[in-house]
This record gives sequence, C-alpha cells and structure tokens, in this order.
Amino acid sequence: MSVVSLQLGQCGNQIGQELFSVICDDSNGPNRKKYKQCSDERFFYETSTGELVARSVLVDMEPKVISQVVVNASKSGRWRYGDKACFSQKQGSGNNWANGFCVHGPRHEEAVENLVRREIERCDRLAGIFTMMSVAGGTGSGVGTYITQRLRDLYPNSFILNQVTWPYGAGEVIVQNYNSVLTLSHLYQLSDAILVHENDTVHKICSRLMNIKHISISDVNKVIAHQLASVLQPAYTADSPSHYCTNPIGELMSTLVCHPEYKLLSLCNIPQMSSTSLAYSVFHWPGLLKHLRQMLIASARMEEGIDWTVSAPSAVTSRGESATNSRHKNFNLSLANLLILRGKDVSTAVIDGFKDPALYVPWLNTENSFSTWSSPVAFNGYEKSATLVSNNQSLLKPLNNIVRKAWNMFASRAYVHQYTKFGISEEDFLDSFTALEQIISSYTHL
Amino acid sequence: MTQSIVVQVGQCGNQVGCRFWDLALREHAHVNQVGVYDEALSSFFRNVDQRGADSSGDKITALKARAVLVDMEEGVLGEILQGPLRSLFSSTQLISDVSGSGNNWAVGHHTYGLAYREQIVDQVRKAAEHCDCLQCFFLIHSMGGGTGSGLGTFVLKLLEDEFPEVYRIVTSVYPTAEDDVITSPYNSVLAMKELTEHADCVLPVDNQSLVDIVGKIQHMSNTGKPGCTIKKDCTIISGQGGVVKVEKPFDAMNNIVANLLLNITSSARFEGSLNMDLNEIAMNLVPFPRLHYLLSSLTPLYTLADVSVPPRRLDQMFSDAFSKEHQLIRADPKHNLYLACALMLRGNVQLSDLRRNIERLRPTLPFVPWNQEGWKTSLCSVPPVCHSHSLLALANNTCVKSTFFELKERFVKLYRRKAHLHHYLAVDGMELAGFNEALSSISALIEEYTHLESPLMPNAPRLTIAT
Repeated sequence: MSVVSLQLGQCGNQIGQELFSVICDDSNGPNRKKYKQCSDERFFYETSTGELVARSVLVDMEPKVISQVVVNASKSGRWRYGDKACFSQKQGSGNNWANGFCVHGPRHEEAVENLVRREIERCDRLAGIFTMMSVAGGTGSGVGTYITQRLRDLYPNSFILNQVTWPYGAGEVIVQNYNSVLTLSHLYQLSDAILVHENDTVHKICSRLMNIKHISISDVNKVIAHQLASVLQPAYTADSPSHYCTNPIGELMSTLVCHPEYKLLSLCNIPQMSSTSLAYSVFHWPGLLKHLRQMLIASARMEEGIDWTVSAPSAVTSRGESATNSRHKNFNLSLANLLILRGKDVSTAVIDGFKDPALYVPWLNTENSFSTWSSPVAFNGYEKSATLVSNNQSLLKPLNNIVRKAWNMFASRAYVHQYTKFGISEEDFLDSFTALEQIISSYTHL
Repeated sequence: MTQSIVVQVGQCGNQVGCRFWDLALREHAHVNQVGVYDEALSSFFRNVDQRGADSSGDKITALKARAVLVDMEEGVLGEILQGPLRSLFSSTQLISDVSGSGNNWAVGHHTYGLAYREQIVDQVRKAAEHCDCLQCFFLIHSMGGGTGSGLGTFVLKLLEDEFPEVYRIVTSVYPTAEDDVITSPYNSVLAMKELTEHADCVLPVDNQSLVDIVGKIQHMSNTGKPGCTIKKDCTIISGQGGVVKVEKPFDAMNNIVANLLLNITSSARFEGSLNMDLNEIAMNLVPFPRLHYLLSSLTPLYTLADVSVPPRRLDQMFSDAFSKEHQLIRADPKHNLYLACALMLRGNVQLSDLRRNIERLRPTLPFVPWNQEGWKTSLCSVPPVCHSHSLLALANNTCVKSTFFELKERFVKLYRRKAHLHHYLAVDGMELAGFNEALSSISALIEEYTHLESPLMPNAPRLTIAT
C-alpha cells in the first residue's frame, strides 16, 4: 500500500525533500532487500527507465522554494520528484492565513486536486494521505488547511495524517499565533490525526544532542525527517508479525486516536547524536527503553535534562478511585502510545514498562492503549533506535502558550484588519479560539 | 516571481532612484555572472530586443528598468537622459515639465496632478502590462519640496485608485529642522496626510541621519588606526563598480537609501532558506492600518580590510542594528515601544546565529505587551556586494511619533502666523480646510501612537469552557 504525500508551503516542501532523502538513504542500507522493496513501493514509483519518483505533490504559492527542492532531490541521483508534480504561483500568501484559505485555496483547488488524484490513481492501493506544513506562515497553514478540507470531502474513506511544524516560541513570524490558532482549529475537524513537531524542541536536539555549532534550517529539517521516517518506514506489527504491515497509517490511527476529541500526537525518537559520537556509542534496549519511558511521563522531548523525579502514580486500588490525587504535578498522562523499535536484537527488548496502567487514562483498556511495532533492520545508521508516537498531555503547555499569546494580541485587535481584508471576520477568530479552548480543556481534564 | 515598479518623483526622488538603478545593476552583475536573464533580474528589469518588445530568449540583450520617472523641471531628468544610465529608460518613461513646483505642495499636487494625471496613469499602466505578476510599487520622493511632496502624493493616491491590490511602499526623505526650504513643514505635513491614508508602508528617511552615517564612515577611513582600515569601496555609501563612474555630491547619502531598497527586496528576488516576500512586510509590521511608518537600520556600514580581525562581527552586527548610529531616521526606539520588528538577513548567516541573537536582544528591547515576541525573520543566501553578510532591521516603533511631533510643531509655528499661506491658497483646488485636515491627521496619528504606550488592561481573561 502506498502513501501519497502533500508538501505545502516553504516548510512543508523543505521537510518533504529531506524526508524522501532519509527514506531513500535508509532503504539503501545493507541487508534489507525486502525492506527496501516495501519502502520503495510505499513512497516511490518506478518510471520506465528505472528511476524512482516520489509519490508526492508539491504546492507553494511562489516558485523559489519548489525549484530549489526539486533540484536538491535530483542531486542525490537516487530519486527525484515527478515532472508534473509541482504546483506553484507567482506571489506568496504573505504570511496571511486568510489569504491562503479564502483566496489562494479556492482559486487553485482544481489544479491541486488533479495533481493529488493523479498520484492516488497511480497507487495500487492507497494507505493514506500524508501532508506536511507549518502553522505559522500563510501558504502551508492557510492553503494547506483548505486543501485538507477538499481532500476530506473527495476521499472520505481515506486516512489523512497531517504533520504540522509549530514555530519557535520567540517568533519567526509576528502573526504566527493567529495563523496557528486558525489552522489548528480547522484541522482538528478535518484531519484524522495531527502529528506535531516544534521548532524549539528540534533546535535543542540539534544543539545539545547533535552538537551542531551552526545550526541551519536544513539541520532542523533533517532531524524532523529522521523522526518521521522512523515512523513511516516498514515495520512488523502485532497483526502482521511476519510480513511488513501494509496499512501503516491506518494502524497508527486506530491505535492512537481512539476518540475524535483527542487527535494531537507527539513524537520522541532516541538516540539522536552526531555521526562522530555515534561511532563510539553502544546502545542497549533496557537503557533506551528506560529513558524513553521517563521521557514520556516527564514530558521531555529529548534525551537530556529529563526530570527523573516524576514518577507514575502507584497502582490504583479500586477501579472507581481517581488517580489524579496521587499524580506528580508534572506527570504526563497518556491516552495511547505506539512504540516503534528498529535494529539489532529487537526481539529481546522488554517493553513491559509501557504497559503500566498508571500511565494511561483509567477509562481506556490498557490493551487498547499500547502497541508495538518492530523491525530488525537498523534504521538510518543507528544500530538500535526507538520511537514513541504518543497521544498525551505533553503538547498542552506549548498549545496553551500559543493560544494565550494569540488571545492577548486579539484583545487589542492588532493585525485583525489584515485578515478581515481577505474574508476572515472577528467571529471566525472567536470560533477558532473557542475550538482550541475546548481542546485544551479536554486534554487538561483527562 | 513577482515584479515591482519604481516610481520616482521630484529631484530627490530621481537622484535616489538613479543611485538605486546603478547599485541594482551592480548587484545583479555580481550575482549573475553568466548574463542570463533570470527571475531575480526580472523583478526590476525587462529584457528587450531590438524593437523594444519583451525578449523571449534567455540571454540578456538590453535591459530596461521597470520605472516611471516624474519631475516638473528638466534639470535632473535631462541629466539622466544624457548620463550612462540612459539606456535603461525609454523616453516615454520620463514625464517632465519646465518650470518646477516652486517648493509648493499645492502646485505639485493640484496643478500638476491634474495636468499630468492621464500621462502618468498611462505610463504606469504600460509598465504594469509588461509585468507577469505585479506585486509592489516603490515610490521614492522627498517630503519637503513641491514636486516630490505634492505630485508624489498625488501619484500615490492614483496608484491606490488604479491598482488597489498592488502594495505601495513609499520611501520618504524628511526634511531636517535646518532645512533651507522655509515652507518644508507645510509641504511635509500636507504630504503626511496622504501617506497615512494611501500608503501601505512608509520608510521615513532623515537627511541628518544620512549625513551622520556618511560622516562616520569617512571618519573611519581617515583615522588610519591599525586594524581599522576600511576595505576600499566596500561601504554602504560607495557606488564603486556601478555603471555611473563620476561621483556626484549627494551620491554617498543617496547610496544608503538605495541600499535600503535593495535589501528590502533581496529576499523576494533571491533564494534563501527562509524567504520573506514584500507582502509579508506589510502583513507582519503593520498591526493597525494607519500605523505603517517603519524605522529602518542597516548594518554593516563597511567591511574592514584587515582580515585577521576575529569574525565575531556577527553578534556585533545584530547589536549595531539596534543602535542609533545605524538608523536612517533620528529617533529613540529603545525608550519607546516596539510594536513589531523584522530582521532581514543576507549572506552567510545561520539559523542558530539568528536565534541566539534574538534571545540576547529580546530583554533589552521594550515590546508592547500583546506582542512580546513579535519578530519576523528572513534569511536570504545572497549577500550584498562587498559584504559577506548584512542585516536590515525594520521596526514599527512608537518613537516615530516624536519625529512627527517636531514636524507638527514647525508647521504650527508657521501656520499660526499664516506665513506663506497665500502661495498655497492662490493655487486652484487648495483651500484652508486642506491645511486643517492635514494638521488634524498628523495630530491623530501622534495620538494613536501615544495611546498604544499607555498601560493596557492586564491579560484579557481567556474564554472558559462550560464543563
């Protein structure tokens, strides 16, 4: 089954290109013929000349980024983008969500839909649609939301997984909080799951774990691509233990999104280090899993500065008793977790620590809350690698910050005229704020 | 890729404009070694063939500037037509008259406005037709005179009427208190009203600041201290390497303004890892429609010749961008409130340098409470000529109100006495009401800026969900 990707805006396109690069590099590693076959089928199609072409549609409202991304892809010599897979216009969305959603989206919906349909028809079977966008700008966020809406209408039975990148807290775009609020409130209704990356977190990973002195956007994107690929590359699931799972996105959704009220997913991946350190490091599953578990309950997104004082509450004595009183104040409650283990001796890994019912909300069965995928193939140069995709409370804090800042700005009505100019009224803003407060409330009161 | 059209009005506007075209050619020649007519070039230039029609080929045959040049006296335009840049303009792009506006805003705005309206609209429309996707008009003029100020603002209104969807970014040169034109306060305040109502963004520039910057650079090059020698011709005021060989008196100052325009458009023309288009400037820096006056500062001013100087210049560059010596108007941003700030970087600067410096500078700059982290950033990979990297900081700061306040004071001093008013009222179409409206417009603007500084209500209570 194949995944059709949709790269939206500057961020989406840059990340998409890095993602396919990582996938290609990983698939071309040693001793993994069937893995490569499955991965190639999932993400690429072969032309008559034997070239690998990504199953991807590139959309942006101005041409510079797409041309750069296409050139970078071809440079690898291993894969490239389709000749007619790109859609761009001449003038960008100006960081304006309203411009993207109300003007550019409708104007170009047919062209983009045709491109997506072509890719979907090219697949034997569609595993799902994977979109990549940022929430801070105008195109990725505005046009991206509009296109997601159209795709939801056109393909009601397909899975749509939206990967979104949240901007640095200390500003990249002044109206980023407005754009984020508008995007997330709409996407929540349309998407099956929203997989979140935060620039702040990834930046810290680059500086502290990978020791990169001069971090560039490309470095940040490579880390995000590595994390995404660790989820999307072939793996064995509980249901299909002997051949690679054919429905990765569907499985992910059914495991992690048990209730339509809770759709925010976060990613943790360890280990992450510079390639020079990698050569000198040895990993053991018990150590990796212990760290990962603590990262989960202490809401740490990277393997440094983990708060080891946070612990899971002691087992609940009777089913009726609420565990909230015995919880550490920073304890991160999960709805569902998916653990993906890749590498040597993966069958020896002991994952019981994640099955502890204290980690999960009491109203869900633990069997339904936790699952594992595994693959004996070493991923992207790491002898052992563990990824946790999680539906939990850890995104509450950053989300709350975004809403708080956006609300303060809205209270003074700053910049609102830029949005009303294109068709988003104050009412629409209030609706979006309400939707997000609802999400925050749901996650807080787990 | 989008195109922009430059409209230069009046003596100052045209002289600055000339420097802009010269430096733009120099920049593109530096980047584009192969002579191919690429997307970046097309933002400001057309490639024409023998007959003057748009050339379809790749190679550069002849370049024509996307510009309309307007002046009501022949001196400056005449020089352009005879100078080395003449091939950039076809004669129809220049609109001129004989006698000038006599430093009288009313003559520029009403008399010449009426007379030349058709012709100007025609020329602008022709230039627009040659554009695939017109995004922005850059209007360059001065505020103190008659043509640039009066006719310039008339053209601004015209552009809004004819092309409402195209952005209008105006570079206005404000007169200093010691300006030799006595009526410059009248001209400036009358023009201000138009700018407030019809421009999307205004970049005010102060002659005194330009003089100070030139002075600083010349001081540096003359001091001869070891380790302080400036690389020759690698300053923000140098026009070396351009087409125009002979340097004219105000060129140094005008080069600074030309560099400002080049840097603002750099991310829209060239590639980079974090692009910023022109429409994003207005979107991010203008929180309320009338408050669109942006304080600009450019660094570095020069490159040191001594290559053994340690390269921690990068952090210094960021600090300099927020120091008064690099600003293009005299104002005090650090003692007023920042409403928004944009950092446009060019050249070899990495994301981590940018983030680190934002973290470092943030506590030192007072931001308005509802925009505590109000930064817009962009990274363009192509550096300006002669520098390895540069930074343009654009800030929307309430400090501009003091500049406007001084201007208003000078206006009122004259107006109270009705001095020189008869020159204006003698012009058909100009009435006393016009003066009053202009005065109340600038007062209201100052009031709006001041209002933002008053302590606002504490964090507005969030919406609560009924559980």
